[in-house]
Amino acid sequence: MKPVRVVIVDDEQPARSRLRELLEDCQAELPHVLAGEAANGAEGLQVVAASEADVVLVDIHMPEMSGIEFARHLQVLEHPPAVIFVTAHDQYAVEAFEVNALDYLTKPVRAARLLAALKKAANGARLTRGVLDSIDPAPRRHFSVAERGRVMLVPVSEVIYLRAELKYLTLRTRDREYLVEESLTQIEQEFGTVFVRIHRNCLVARRWIRGFERGAETEGEVGWSVILEGLDERLPVSRRQWAQVKSLAG
Amino acid sequence: MKVQSIRQNHLPDALPDFRNLGVISRILLSVNALALLFALARSREIGEFAARVTEIAGSLEPVLLVVIVVLYAGSTLLERIAYVQGLLAVFAIVLGTTAAFFPFLSVAASSSDWRELAWNLGCAALMAGAVAWYFNLRNRAFSPAISEARLQALQARIRPHFLFNTLNAVLSLIRKDPKRAEGALEDLAELFRTVMVDNRQLIALRDEVSLCRQYLNLEQLRLGERLRVDWRLDPSAEDALVPPMVLQPLVENAVYHGIEPGIGPGLIEVSIERRNDRLWLQLTNPYHEDYQHRQGNRMALANIRERLQLHFDVEASLNTRIANGRYEIGIAMPYRTSL
Repeated sequence: MKPVRVVIVDDEQPARSRLRELLEDCQAELPHVLAGEAANGAEGLQVVAASEADVVLVDIHMPEMSGIEFARHLQVLEHPPAVIFVTAHDQYAVEAFEVNALDYLTKPVRAARLLAALKKAANGARLTRGVLDSIDPAPRRHFSVAERGRVMLVPVSEVIYLRAELKYLTLRTRDREYLVEESLTQIEQEFGTVFVRIHRNCLVARRWIRGFERGAETEGEVGWSVILEGLDERLPVSRRQWAQVKSLAG
Repeated sequence: MKVQSIRQNHLPDALPDFRNLGVISRILLSVNALALLFALARSREIGEFAARVTEIAGSLEPVLLVVIVVLYAGSTLLERIAYVQGLLAVFAIVLGTTAAFFPFLSVAASSSDWRELAWNLGCAALMAGAVAWYFNLRNRAFSPAISEARLQALQARIRPHFLFNTLNAVLSLIRKDPKRAEGALEDLAELFRTVMVDNRQLIALRDEVSLCRQYLNLEQLRLGERLRVDWRLDPSAEDALVPPMVLQPLVENAVYHGIEPGIGPGLIEVSIERRNDRLWLQLTNPYHEDYQHRQGNRMALANIRERLQLHFDVEASLNTRIANGRYEIGIAMPYRTSL
């Protein structure tokens, strides 16, 4: 059997070195290689993509990006690795893992528990996006896009609008467009007041709206459109949404 | 049985701290309120009330002020003797002052009436008794609160998060650096010993500071470069008596809310200063707006505020604010070196 490729993501250096020691202790029973290490989620995504990892051991409690958000971003990869969560003490997450029958380790980690979790993960137990969303209902801080086998992170605050186009969403920032595989309805629910629906197929970030102008023609009628900060493009507001959107016009 | 043993745990009866502004204002207010009641009781009609008030105030206020000054000056002596003896001393002071002022009162000057003197002494004794009774009740009412606060302190302090992460960090040291692992476990044991002792008596600020340093050493173990601490300690403040665990929970919060959410290094500043008879503690840490949902901060602050109030009444304050991207906590309390 091919050795299992393992990546460790934890912001604390002693915690990473402890996991390395324990992995070494499991070497005889489960052949594996340590394919990489990272001190935060963003780094971790690059390490995972570059190392073709099979299993990621990830701490939940990390700065900037929680372990759970990290796992959500992993799912955009073509072959996302299995994820084993590690936590010192997080009652809420532990309950969610139990409910969803997910494997997790508590710090201090025991070698026997680690071995059992690795064996299970190596046998192909995989997470799904739905389960991850239910574990962590807090909004993400980034959108993730798979490009050439890597995960690109787009900070939510940089997103100007999202527009549905056939199977994908176009995600527009000041500099460029990305294609993401998500649903407008779910994004609307996840981020609450960050985005406002201006059309059946379009969400706009409130902070990037500069104003409204009349004159755009939609569905054969002259209606309103949104003027955006930093983009020349105008986005039409549908007649149905105008009732809600106009309160922003102030 | 268990409930009883907790109930027995209250503070011994003690006289209030006569140097405390809260205590002084409580005495002034309650005695004057009682005087108004007396005046009301002795007036047969409403027109007479004003005259009675003036009459009583004339004989009461000088006595009251002198008594307060004497108690203020003698509070150190009064604290050294047993409660019952202290109580007798207070009564002696009250009655003595009342008697000493009696010859100067206009009523007495005209007719050196022994019955009038007896009446005055009776009123004074009654008021002193009522005030003493009030403070005794207050003391009893608060002592379960203090043990409660202590229990809360035990539960709220030292997050499980900290314990498990630290144990994990120590485990990582055992194979490579056993000496350092030993030191860390010793620090951990000492930290918990301090947390688990009876926390109701005031302790020297020096001890609280060394507790914080032990705690920070342990955090340094796992956070390394990310945790930077700048202490500014006024040596003349080290003797001050402070409530135990007045600083450690704040330092722990600073690590939890200020350092852990940041990828790069973050600075915690602690400054302790004595200005005349006031002690000023200030603690600042980086402010991460997105992490405010993390629990525990308000609970620790409420707990410390409550204990400051129990020990120093209105003379202590705790304030927080956010300025220049940093979270700041300021505590002011009286500088005391003896109880």
